[in-house]
Amino acid sequence: MNAPKEISVKNKLLKGETGEWEIVIGMEVHAQVLSNAKLFSGASTEFGAEPNSQVSFIDAGFPGMLPVINGKCVEQAVRTGLGLKAKINLRSLFDRKNYFYPDLPQGYQISQYKDPIVGEGEVLIDLKDGESIRVGIERLHLEQDAGKFLHDQRPDSSFVDLNRSGIALMEIVSKPHMRSSEEAAAFLKKLRAIVRYLGTCDGNMDEGSMRADVNVSVCRVGGYEKFRQTGDFKHLGTRCEIKNVNSMRFIAQAVEYEARRQIEVVEGGGTIRQETRLYDSKVGETRSMRSKEEAHDYRYFPDPDLLPLELDADWVEGIRKTLPELPDEKKARFMAQGLSAYDASVLVAERELADFYEELATGVDAKAAANWLNNEILGRLNRDGLSITQVPVSAAANNAIIRMITDKTISGKIAKDLLDIVWTEGGDPRTVVEARGMKQVTDTGAIDAAIEAVIAANPDKVEEVKAKPKLAAWFVGQVMKQTGGKANPAAVNAALKTRLNLPDEG
Amino acid sequence: MSDLISMTLAEARDAIRAKTISSRELTAAFVGAIEKARPLNAFITEAGEKALAMAEASDKRIAEGKIGALEGLPLAIKDLFCTKGTRTTAASKILGNFVPPYESTVTQNLWDAGAVMLGKTNLDEFAMGSSNETSAFGPVFNPWRASNSNANLVPGGSSGGSSAAVAADLCLAATGTDTGGSIRQPAAVTGRVGLKPTYGRCSRFGIVAFASSLDQAGPMTKTVKDAAIMLRTMASMDPKDSTSVDLPVPDYEKLLEGGIKGLRVGIPKEYRIDGAPAEIDALWSKGAEWLKAQGAEIVEVSLPHTKYALPTYYIVAPAEASSNLARYDGVKFGYRAPGAHDITELYEKSRGEGFGAEVQRRILIGTYVLSAGYYDAYYSRAQKLRSLIKRDFERAFELCDVLLTPATPGPAFGVGAKTADPVEMYLQDVFTVTVNLAGLPGISVPAGLTANGLPLGLQLIGKAFDEATLLRAAQAVETAADFKHSPAKWWSV
Amino acid sequence: MSVDKDTVRRIAKLARLAVPETRLEPMAAELNGIFQWVEMLGEVNVEGVPAMTSVVAQKLKWRKDEVTDGAQADALMINAPEGEDHFFVVPKVVE
Repeated sequence: MNAPKEISVKNKLLKGETGEWEIVIGMEVHAQVLSNAKLFSGASTEFGAEPNSQVSFIDAGFPGMLPVINGKCVEQAVRTGLGLKAKINLRSLFDRKNYFYPDLPQGYQISQYKDPIVGEGEVLIDLKDGESIRVGIERLHLEQDAGKFLHDQRPDSSFVDLNRSGIALMEIVSKPHMRSSEEAAAFLKKLRAIVRYLGTCDGNMDEGSMRADVNVSVCRVGGYEKFRQTGDFKHLGTRCEIKNVNSMRFIAQAVEYEARRQIEVVEGGGTIRQETRLYDSKVGETRSMRSKEEAHDYRYFPDPDLLPLELDADWVEGIRKTLPELPDEKKARFMAQGLSAYDASVLVAERELADFYEELATGVDAKAAANWLNNEILGRLNRDGLSITQVPVSAAANNAIIRMITDKTISGKIAKDLLDIVWTEGGDPRTVVEARGMKQVTDTGAIDAAIEAVIAANPDKVEEVKAKPKLAAWFVGQVMKQTGGKANPAAVNAALKTRLNLPDEG
Repeated sequence: MSDLISMTLAEARDAIRAKTISSRELTAAFVGAIEKARPLNAFITEAGEKALAMAEASDKRIAEGKIGALEGLPLAIKDLFCTKGTRTTAASKILGNFVPPYESTVTQNLWDAGAVMLGKTNLDEFAMGSSNETSAFGPVFNPWRASNSNANLVPGGSSGGSSAAVAADLCLAATGTDTGGSIRQPAAVTGRVGLKPTYGRCSRFGIVAFASSLDQAGPMTKTVKDAAIMLRTMASMDPKDSTSVDLPVPDYEKLLEGGIKGLRVGIPKEYRIDGAPAEIDALWSKGAEWLKAQGAEIVEVSLPHTKYALPTYYIVAPAEASSNLARYDGVKFGYRAPGAHDITELYEKSRGEGFGAEVQRRILIGTYVLSAGYYDAYYSRAQKLRSLIKRDFERAFELCDVLLTPATPGPAFGVGAKTADPVEMYLQDVFTVTVNLAGLPGISVPAGLTANGLPLGLQLIGKAFDEATLLRAAQAVETAADFKHSPAKWWSV
Repeated sequence: MSVDKDTVRRIAKLARLAVPETRLEPMAAELNGIFQWVEMLGEVNVEGVPAMTSVVAQKLKWRKDEVTDGAQADALMINAPEGEDHFFVVPKVVE
């Protein structure tokens, strides 16, 4: 197994007109906290409600309104920090980030500036070639989400819905440790898996509960290594921020486009302007965000309506004890049970898949279960456009099928047919096998009888096989047909060899 | 009629309980007085109809024997408290015709105790001022005039409408808010009592925020006993305010008993200001004598960072205000400027037209001191000075139980007399601002008149959450001062 | 600390306050009067002094994770200068 690398390898360079370039990527992920109510008010956080129907006067910035913190959101942030193997800061402060925008009714966002609740941590990401990379986490802090706009209702107006205003977000900031679009996508995927495992965020990017701001810069070969050694950002290129990437599919594309855009600019003699950009998936390009171009002076200062957030060390330990097994640990355990690194990572990517696998593998060979899952179940799910949570045949039922293969009740081929039957018609596999007589025939008498029938019907072939022993396979096929496919192939082979006096395979 | 309205809150309370007067009678008397006192401009919103309805409901409860702590007592509310269903303006154009759909905790406490609302009193816009001259609804005039003049004087600020209403017998008592002296200073220049409780004693929920770490609601009354009664109902632990303190509310009225024998009264030497009028100093010394005569021990103490308090305040308060006032943007409520072509113009015009000059000045100061490059030199430094000022008080309180100081650097001044230079106006708070910075309780008590008949007050400062001792000491000053003066009624229509 | 009219213009922009061109100089003068007075804070030695981040010596209270608020779109909109279908309406914002 590869030990996680600190600095990524050469094959991730991009070729420009004038030479090779390194990409450097950092990410700020906004993950909506799973909680019933908002961070500082008692309004609901449910998705998809009627406009402005989940808004407290606090969320709407009305006169005299004051924030009161939701303890669950604090807990979820700590839980996430622990899942990122990060330092939990027992004392943190809330600051006001001041700016004007119609989706920000208070005229400031309550966030955390210099003293966040969670400090440094890391995320391990697995890449396709089996390589493992450590991506550092700089910090995690709690902050309020802003409202939403509708821009297409009237030509000269925008409509503001404050349902989302005040919902708790965890802003997770990575260190600039990603070196390719593949790594960026893998990081986001892993982070999403971790928070879903922890139950602290549902990671539904299409509902906006997870969004990524991706920082991309390019530099000449060697620049990144110098940066890692010195910590001096001057060795890196000017970075641009691609804001609000809200789809896993687009993240790699956006990074690729932006990196190439920057290379083109620099090779063309220009300089990169530090700016915020948006990825337009329809045309596959990033473009500058007009509204964010002016320099922002956020005038951060500690929010005087709140007191410092103080955590009890025992309470944090208590949360640590309730953490579920996380993807990395689960992967290691699956590998110890005999799965390959690749197979294990595929299974742990989604907690539901891993859980399904574990139930599936109960009391049977781990590899056999993994193969069954990969080859039979995932294929059918894909074909039918279903996710693992919608699988029509339960893990327990699939487990029964595997057991029947293992104890030779049915053959592998019959098992696939059986799965097709219960997939579309439902039912208990063991019952179906009984009802439809799908049991494998191992009874030597029946096999001998079938062999006699085939021999009797094909005397010429019997002569041929004496000269060409390989024709035995044809006989096996015939005997299988004769028994309606239920004979155990190995038993048929053995019986045929004896009956036809075939030599042992060398 | 005039007998009814000149009662103290305690007297009215006893009369109502004894059923010698009804709430409706009492309320009607005040409603009438308010209508006749319009030249004072003490009220932005007169709520006569609502008041009478509340009085009738109260009388019904009294008949059923359900008598709350303030049952049937008519009060005036500073128009900074959000009152559900009644327009709330913060004396600003920018709130437009905002009618709050919620009630502030402090006023809810008053209504739960059976009190009656007469109306919303005038104030400096967003509580920023010391003379009630910055209100978008016109200045308030002090019911007091100098004996030798017909000139209109200011009632102090920012709670000028409340102080005028109390002094002119337009209510039994009023609520105010105090961020740098806005209860104590107006009370002092109108010859009445004004109490700012410890920060966190009264909830800030539903009070239009000025400077969050300094604002505190408090009672403005005719007597110290009335202030004790009001505070007991106004104060509460409020889960809706994260800075509200979880301490039980004592029976302040009961705790007034006991006298002040052995009480150590500190006299901070830095409050002796060069060039202050002789009358102020003389009254201060007299105050010490009064307390000594009742058994107190007078101790000289030092609060070395006193002179830095005002400049510290004028960094911290505007900084917090600049952020608190960002929500007034013409989008969710209040004034929206017509003719804006884009969102930036909407904000700039609405706020430029909606906020008055003093508010704009303070927003600009606050924005500047928080901006990049200045935060450390100004805001951060000012917050450290607060720690030093608080530490000064803690050290002084090792040697004494309360502090005695002048309340204001002079009596009420003429309308327009100090508006030319903002700093001159800011100096009105020189004795009061330290108390807000340290989060301590302070009270001003009427102590005497100037040579030309204008009231002067004395201030007492107490330990955190020790309003009981503070009120007892204040009552001792009140007893000795025997200030029985009321302004000659020049304003009645 | 001293501000000129360009600074006032910039700060007014940050604060979204329309200050008429003619008011910029007078405002700068007024602000400078205040800032000069505030300069005296520079005299004090604040080394090692903690900033007062909270006035009350109390732990921040945590609320229970229960939905106790919202569901009041009408009340929310009733004071809105411009609203439609329970949305707040503003001039078009280009993102």
